[in-house]
Amino acid sequence: MLKYILNRLFHSAIVMFVISFIVFFIMFKAGDPVQLLLPPDATQQDVIEMRHALGIDQSFIKQYEAFLRNVAKGNLGNSFVYGQPALDVVFERLPATLELSVLAMIFSIIFGVPLGIIASIRPKAWYSKAIMFLSLSGISVPVFWTGMVLVLVFSVLLGWLPSSGRGEVYLFTSAFTWDGIKHLIMPVLTLSFFQLALILRLTRTGMMEVMMQDYIKLATAKGVPRRVVVYYHALKNSLIPLITVIGIQFGQLVAFTIVTETIFAWPGTGKLIIDSIQNLDRPIVVAYLLIISFIFVAINFIVDVLYTFVDPRVRV
Amino acid sequence: MALLEVKNLKTYFFTRNGVVKSVDGTSFSIEKGEILGIVGESGAGKSITGFSILGLIDPPGEIVEGEINFDGRDLVKLSQEELQKIRGDEISMIFQDPQTSLNPVITIGEQLMEAILYHKKGVSKKDAYNTCVEILKTVGLPAAQKRMKSYPHQLSGGMKQRVVIAMALLNNPKLLIADEPTTALDVTIQAQILYLMKKLSKEFHSALILITHDIAVVSQLCDKIAVMYAGRIVEYGKKEDVIFNPLHPYTKGLIECLPKLNDDKKRLYQIPGIMPSLLGLPKGCYFKDRCEFADEQCDVYPPQQEIDKRIVFCHKVK
Repeated sequence: MLKYILNRLFHSAIVMFVISFIVFFIMFKAGDPVQLLLPPDATQQDVIEMRHALGIDQSFIKQYEAFLRNVAKGNLGNSFVYGQPALDVVFERLPATLELSVLAMIFSIIFGVPLGIIASIRPKAWYSKAIMFLSLSGISVPVFWTGMVLVLVFSVLLGWLPSSGRGEVYLFTSAFTWDGIKHLIMPVLTLSFFQLALILRLTRTGMMEVMMQDYIKLATAKGVPRRVVVYYHALKNSLIPLITVIGIQFGQLVAFTIVTETIFAWPGTGKLIIDSIQNLDRPIVVAYLLIISFIFVAINFIVDVLYTFVDPRVRV
Repeated sequence: MALLEVKNLKTYFFTRNGVVKSVDGTSFSIEKGEILGIVGESGAGKSITGFSILGLIDPPGEIVEGEINFDGRDLVKLSQEELQKIRGDEISMIFQDPQTSLNPVITIGEQLMEAILYHKKGVSKKDAYNTCVEILKTVGLPAAQKRMKSYPHQLSGGMKQRVVIAMALLNNPKLLIADEPTTALDVTIQAQILYLMKKLSKEFHSALILITHDIAVVSQLCDKIAVMYAGRIVEYGKKEDVIFNPLHPYTKGLIECLPKLNDDKKRLYQIPGIMPSLLGLPKGCYFKDRCEFADEQCDVYPPQQEIDKRIVFCHKVK
């Protein structure tokens, strides 16, 4: 097990190294941030001085070498725009994004899995058809539309919920204060709509497949009550593919909250990364992508560990 | 009174392409401790007969007619909840393929103990565990205690089938339905498993319905034989009568197919043609297209006759 973990860590280090190089290179080629940072009436002297101060007047190899030296010291460089260490800037925004993603994922699982099971048991019943219709719209409707309709209904027409911002924060999250929860409801709903539909449909397909297996028939033949057959014997088997997808989707959620954060003016990393790409703020973009890829790697690792609990045929 | 009496059972599947009459008016009975063999080709309705008894027919299938009288109750009329109490307790079933009949993500021990715990309220987990270990020893599984913690993929096919048999015997059922219990196993294991099943059903005084396509197996184990063809029984009687003096041309053909030791014929006999599709059954006797004795009389389905202490459906048997 220890060997496995070390192996995984080594792999992820390589992945992150490659990512850093690619991002660094693209940002190097993308353009000159100094033109965007300085006022239009800046002199040529100002430009040269600023370039030198940021260290971007050197060759690509030199710059990347300096970057790697800093990384070894745990420093990803200072933001060109904010002047603060890039990691600090990203970490400051990360809780807001993680909070949205985690809550949206929990919401999607809590509702998606049971609804998927219900729709799988009697696929021809009216409620199954209703669930499947709603899930189809969940998959097809774009996120920005869902968000704006929610704002229109609950903020503009009914005035129940605030349309933007994060609300009162306590212990890194706004989920512990009433004001924070009110701010969270709509962004979380918007973000989870697609995930919920996806998880629901996957659960349904998986369950329908498993319910046809011989061991389900045998469990029934040995007198196991129906609900135990469905919620234990069958569900445990259909969890295997579900865990994989939930893992991948969670990474996606963290990385792509951009649209939702934009609609609700949520102060998370999605907004930050868009601004930083526009400003060619290379240290922030590199730091952000490294953190996101680390989250992906970590999730994959957790998924692998979860497998061994769900499926005895897999042993690490 | 017979332990199980099936009367005119009809199980139909309402598919998109039409009504498939998988079991179409089957009647038979079985006494306590008796072994009944149901023989026939694939798709003759043997397994569906077994599933019907336990009420395990899923849509689009349905029992449309008939009675299944078991120990004073008509199983067709019972609700799923009432059937659930009977399943695995009074009637249990052994499936065809041990590779797929155990849940891959639950331990053998848990799958065995379940069969006890859902039926016998008040039995402690420890007692249930001990019963399971005992029964695993009875079916000849070595290192029974270790096996309780194993998952199905850690066992061989023969071991899994022993587990499935143990599972069926746990609550000492009055009736055991074995659906081709040896088809998926290799020949040396087949004989062991069959011998074991016969021994155990005698030991536990259980009646046994053995569903198989292998008439040789049936002739060794069973007391009674029902031969099924295209959803209907064509010949039904005591083993000695049916095997040594078959009356229906189909039964004769099946027995003729068996290789004989003192026979120097180069090729084995085979019944010409294939069983008709259940969606396009011929008018009259279903076997007439493959039967050498068929004539215009066979355009009407033959009535039930009782000849030579057995039931047979054929115009040509007198």
